[in-house]
Amino acid sequence: MDRFSWSDGHLATHEVFVTQQSGVKLYDGEDKTNFNNGTIVLSSHNLMWRDHVDQKCVISLSLAQVVFLEESSSGLGRSAKIIVHLSAPPSTKVPGPVSSSQNNYIRLSFTDGGQVEFFRCFTEELARRRWEHTPTLQPLTAGRAQSGTQPRRAGIVGIERKIQQKHETTDKNISVAFEDLSKLMVKAKEMVSLSKTIANKITDKQGAISEDETVKFKSYLLSMGIPDPVTRETHGTGDGYYRELAKQLSHNLEQQLKDCGGMMTLSDVYCRTNRARGMELLSPEDLINACNLLEELKLPIRFRVFDSGVMVLHLLSHSEAEVINQTTQFVEENTKLTAEELAQLVGVSVVLAKERLLSSEKAGKLCRDETVEALRFYPNLFLTKT
Amino acid sequence: MRRRGAGLGAIKNKNLAQAKYKNKGAEIAENDFEQMSKQLEAFKSNLEEFARNHKDDIRKNPEFRSQFQEMCASIGVDPLASGKGFWSEMLGVGDFYYELGVQIIEVCMATNHRNGGLMTLDDLRETLIRSSGRSRQDVSSDDLLRAIKKLKVLGNGFSVIPMGPGRYMVQSVPGELSMDHTTVIQQAEKTGFVTMKMLKENLKWEDERSHMALDYLLKEGQAWVDNQDKSGMTLYWLPGLFSDTNAAT
Repeated sequence: MDRFSWSDGHLATHEVFVTQQSGVKLYDGEDKTNFNNGTIVLSSHNLMWRDHVDQKCVISLSLAQVVFLEESSSGLGRSAKIIVHLSAPPSTKVPGPVSSSQNNYIRLSFTDGGQVEFFRCFTEELARRRWEHTPTLQPLTAGRAQSGTQPRRAGIVGIERKIQQKHETTDKNISVAFEDLSKLMVKAKEMVSLSKTIANKITDKQGAISEDETVKFKSYLLSMGIPDPVTRETHGTGDGYYRELAKQLSHNLEQQLKDCGGMMTLSDVYCRTNRARGMELLSPEDLINACNLLEELKLPIRFRVFDSGVMVLHLLSHSEAEVINQTTQFVEENTKLTAEELAQLVGVSVVLAKERLLSSEKAGKLCRDETVEALRFYPNLFLTKT
Repeated sequence: MRRRGAGLGAIKNKNLAQAKYKNKGAEIAENDFEQMSKQLEAFKSNLEEFARNHKDDIRKNPEFRSQFQEMCASIGVDPLASGKGFWSEMLGVGDFYYELGVQIIEVCMATNHRNGGLMTLDDLRETLIRSSGRSRQDVSSDDLLRAIKKLKVLGNGFSVIPMGPGRYMVQSVPGELSMDHTTVIQQAEKTGFVTMKMLKENLKWEDERSHMALDYLLKEGQAWVDNQDKSGMTLYWLPGLFSDTNAAT
């Protein structure tokens, strides 16, 4: 513990932020310390600990002093820990929060989890040994500035110095950004826990919160991106956004579907729709949610999931029976077909052609011949030649 | 002697107390709801301020992005769930990943005929950067993995197969690869091909097992046969492992 020193919490010029985890307690060997609730920050050069309450209370430890790490998993009433073994303190050390300690190791206790990820980052960072490669540029420029060169920056050194400065400012901006981000996340965390208690209450007694409020609550969850724990399965209860989206989809895709054989995979739909929008893109989940509403809204296109898990949109006129008939006819005309051949004949993608053949096979109209060369389908003669 | 609450009176008392608790609970629930609305407003303004200052960082700095995503994940929030959420509307995180998703689909489709819908993550990244003119440090592998994860809901067409620390294959066609298939691909990772002999020596597989795995990959167009090697053995090449840059040299 005596290897720690006080810190201002800012990263040095060449120091790179790696990861951080909140809810971490420090132990000096086996003993508890006063540093019992804070955030541990790992950078390319240092291990820092910042108190949750007193944000100015920051202590740091140079990674050069870390000998090796040990993991100790959590158990009953015991949080997961990382044991950090340290080398002897250097004689030139600045005084820190603990002047002397008998222990040659500290323990980080992770009360909020995250130790696996942190341990991984920590080991990687130790292996990279980035603290050893401090660029030589900095002392050089500093030395020149001291020897009183003109403030005018010219030549390559000037350019270098300018680049250096730029890096410094971006680095600073980034660390400010990370700090802001942490604050934001603390707020978000509160929201999440609150939403969970409300969700529990809703499930406990459906009547206590009105329909109106439930809808409002759901829209909150949607805006925050919290997975809806109450009504994940029931789609289409007054979700205006998705309804509107479903209508748009149907309007935009109907013609396109006609042009390309009446059926389209959902990934294709996703590309086309987002390419057409350009801004305010849809998320894959948005798309699925909208697709689930197509049938309810009685729109001319429909959503379907094949047995293989492939999802498609198809025209209403393009019913399964229709497709099977058509496919069987194609196979009969050509005596045999692979998915690739059918794809060329009909002008659809190979994935879809394969699905067509498979569903026709399932309906008993086709038989398969499976070889290394390809999967071929023949008309089912068991049906016709008795 | 201490008096114990027993008998009818005690039960009545207990019931009364419980009813009171219930009422109180409902009251608290209502308060919670109000509080949530308030907090949401506060959060929104916080987020707005954050967006004003750091919107560009999110878009430009992959490290910051991955940190952002990890923090969101740790508190149980998915900023990519909907394009209509705060995160997307204010920070533009959504658009970044969704657009990446679109580009990933396009790259995979364009290379599908050659590699059977199987390519390395690095190769995907290279191709994507080259075709879209993004700068190199702009898109990290982490970004790609997140974008692909989102695409997964669009049917089982997209999956990521871990090959080892930091190395991934991206599968863009439907169909589950079994452990055996993945192992074959792993064996081929260094050389670009496998032979029956390699599988036998390295994995102690029976010929039958190797056949099963290789035949599947052949059928799916993910492996190609080469009978012309001087050793006289059949080589099974995995085109998904050739990167475009290597193929050119």
